[in-house]
Amino acid sequence: MINPQLDSDGNLKHLLTIEGLPKRILNQILDTAETFVGVAERDIKKVPLLRGKTVCNIFFENSTRTRTTFEIAAKRLSADVINLNVGTSSQSKGETILDTVDNLIAMHADMFVVRHSQSGAAHFIAQHVPDNISVINAGDGRHAHPTQGLLDVFTIRRYKPDMHNLRVALVGDVLHSRVARSEIHALTTLGVPEVRVIAPKTLLPTDVEKLGVQVFHDMKAGLKDVDVIMMLRLQNERMNGAMLPSAQEYFKTFGLTQDKLQLAKPDAIVMHPGPMNRGVEIDSCVADGDQSVILPQVTYGIAVRMAVMALLGSGSPSSLQAIGGGNVGQAGNSR
Amino acid sequence: MKIHIKNGRVIDPKNKIDAQHDVYIAAGKIVGIGNKPADFTANQTIDATGLIVSPGFVDLSARLREPGSEYSATLVSELNAAAAGGVTSLACTPDTQPVLDEPGLVEMLKYRAKQLNLAHVYPLGALTRQLEGKLLTEMCKLTEAGCVGFSQADEAIIDTQVLWRACEYASTFGFTLFLRAEDDYLAKNGVAHDGELASRLGLKGIPAAAECLAIASILRIARETNTKIHLCRLSTAEGVNLVREAKKQGVQVTADASAHHLHLTDFDIGFFNSHAHLKPPLRSMRDKEALCQGLKDGTLDAICSDHTPVNDDAKLLPFTESEAGATGLELLLPLALKWAENQKLGIAEAIAKITHQPAQILGINGGDLSVGCDADVAIFNPEKIWKVTPSELKSHGKNTPFLGLEVMGKVQYTLLHGQITYQSF
Repeated sequence: MINPQLDSDGNLKHLLTIEGLPKRILNQILDTAETFVGVAERDIKKVPLLRGKTVCNIFFENSTRTRTTFEIAAKRLSADVINLNVGTSSQSKGETILDTVDNLIAMHADMFVVRHSQSGAAHFIAQHVPDNISVINAGDGRHAHPTQGLLDVFTIRRYKPDMHNLRVALVGDVLHSRVARSEIHALTTLGVPEVRVIAPKTLLPTDVEKLGVQVFHDMKAGLKDVDVIMMLRLQNERMNGAMLPSAQEYFKTFGLTQDKLQLAKPDAIVMHPGPMNRGVEIDSCVADGDQSVILPQVTYGIAVRMAVMALLGSGSPSSLQAIGGGNVGQAGNSR
Repeated sequence: MKIHIKNGRVIDPKNKIDAQHDVYIAAGKIVGIGNKPADFTANQTIDATGLIVSPGFVDLSARLREPGSEYSATLVSELNAAAAGGVTSLACTPDTQPVLDEPGLVEMLKYRAKQLNLAHVYPLGALTRQLEGKLLTEMCKLTEAGCVGFSQADEAIIDTQVLWRACEYASTFGFTLFLRAEDDYLAKNGVAHDGELASRLGLKGIPAAAECLAIASILRIARETNTKIHLCRLSTAEGVNLVREAKKQGVQVTADASAHHLHLTDFDIGFFNSHAHLKPPLRSMRDKEALCQGLKDGTLDAICSDHTPVNDDAKLLPFTESEAGATGLELLLPLALKWAENQKLGIAEAIAKITHQPAQILGINGGDLSVGCDADVAIFNPEKIWKVTPSELKSHGKNTPFLGLEVMGKVQYTLLHGQITYQSF
């Protein structure tokens, strides 16, 4: 089957999911992101890579954080940004997804950043846009959230550069998590030898081990000697019901506390995609503690999203070097 | 009108005929196979050299979308599709709008279908009012109006007390229940087989156990109440095993599989292809193989088209929001032939599964070429390769996972009551 994310030359055309993307592309994105980290630290936080381009954030599902970081990323690349919260407008009037998208195409948008509550929505839109438009999946149902997966491995790479010698544990609601799926694919593609998932059976997808992970149901066993702990958000509506009896019991069994953190390697880092439920999946003293890299994740998220947009919007990496900001020339040989 | 079909290879599995014979038709009936009746002078001769002359096909499950969903398809369009697919008799499901739960609606449907004269339409009446799974319909009156059995379409009867009573009542009069077995709670909101692919794509899964649990309870109740049950569209290996065991124990059960499930698995969903969104979901390779095997060893009695025309708009949505189903009447023959070929069986075995075996389940005439029977005939070229394209399909539904693919086996002529209802040019 043809990979819908790559063009005929094997370059990234859309970013829909990490699954199936070659390692070369992931590294290209991460290396490019490395060069953008510096942009935010300058007085003038802009590079002209997407000048004259229009980026449409189409959010069929509400989001503040993700939309904001995409917006900042696009603006730092000098693009014009339009935000559409479709969840609250045309869809409620009966317009279909394709009607919405077609209208934006008619307005000559260049790039769509799409979030939708249904798995596969980004693929669906990518199949129906003309060749000159790129689609970035900003989260579709339980399926994928590729830029989150990328920013997470980017963060890991910054703190733990040797990806081939890492033990990573994902803790929590893997079943409903697009973030977990993207993280797993990113980690396994980049050659992390041991990826663990730790959760009760009610929160794990069927045959999850076929994604290349080891399954644990006990925090103590699962966290032992890991280098990275990636906590997952537990949606409020799943805390009381047939999935879990209560938030308190969840915190007791699968919440990350200082005690449980002791089981990991002493220099282990703690991550969370946000927004956090303090006292449900993570103890505040861990979230705010020395080993937490939760806020750097947010910072790096902008650099990674800039890298993805730059790669999609300006063609080949060489053109990035030609017209990019001062740091961009280092792409590929940073770290 | 007298028709002489000459030089064809006649395959009539019920009468165990597979040989080159001429077929003679007069006044809508078969009047001779091989032996020309005295004083027979044909008005029309069909040259079937190189073609197979078979009983018209009988389909156990076709949605015709009328009344209520004429935007998706109409009786005219879908019965034309049936004729183009060589299907001369079909059972239609009661999940129309309004639901087929009143004799008047059934009479109207029968009447309209008869006027069109493109295929015999045998309605399955709703087993419960509005298919709500609570109150029984007037099964005797519905039968008088033309229903050949009773069904819940894709709606479950959650209350086992109601299912038990429905079986007892149907059993009283010898009616057959056509049930698709699926536990409603386990299947809720599911859109794909609960397995690796659904996990990867983040689609809500329907576990194989949803089908097995439902089959187990239906078979148990059928045995207790001595009810004739036809299990529609099995999808799992375990389901096939349960039916195999039940048949050994003498439960009055028959079963079918849809033509799609004999050839496709959940991995054919690929990158969220909504044409592969079916009910029941496409399952694993192991399940697919078990269905093919079960059909071969007689555990499953028939192949159905599970014809479900869906308008383009309802498929142009993200996978989960898209409407389930695939158009099937025109693909029934090639997919049945392909199954037989894969199983190293002859064409006659494929034809048996789409002619007299389903006819027997429905308790209707048809499905064979006995002298004196209605001349419902399909004449087809088993080796003709054709590409499945929207323009090639007569059905209003252009929705099929086989779109763009080539299939083998094409109907050249269809006859209903000795009248040509379809001819391929």
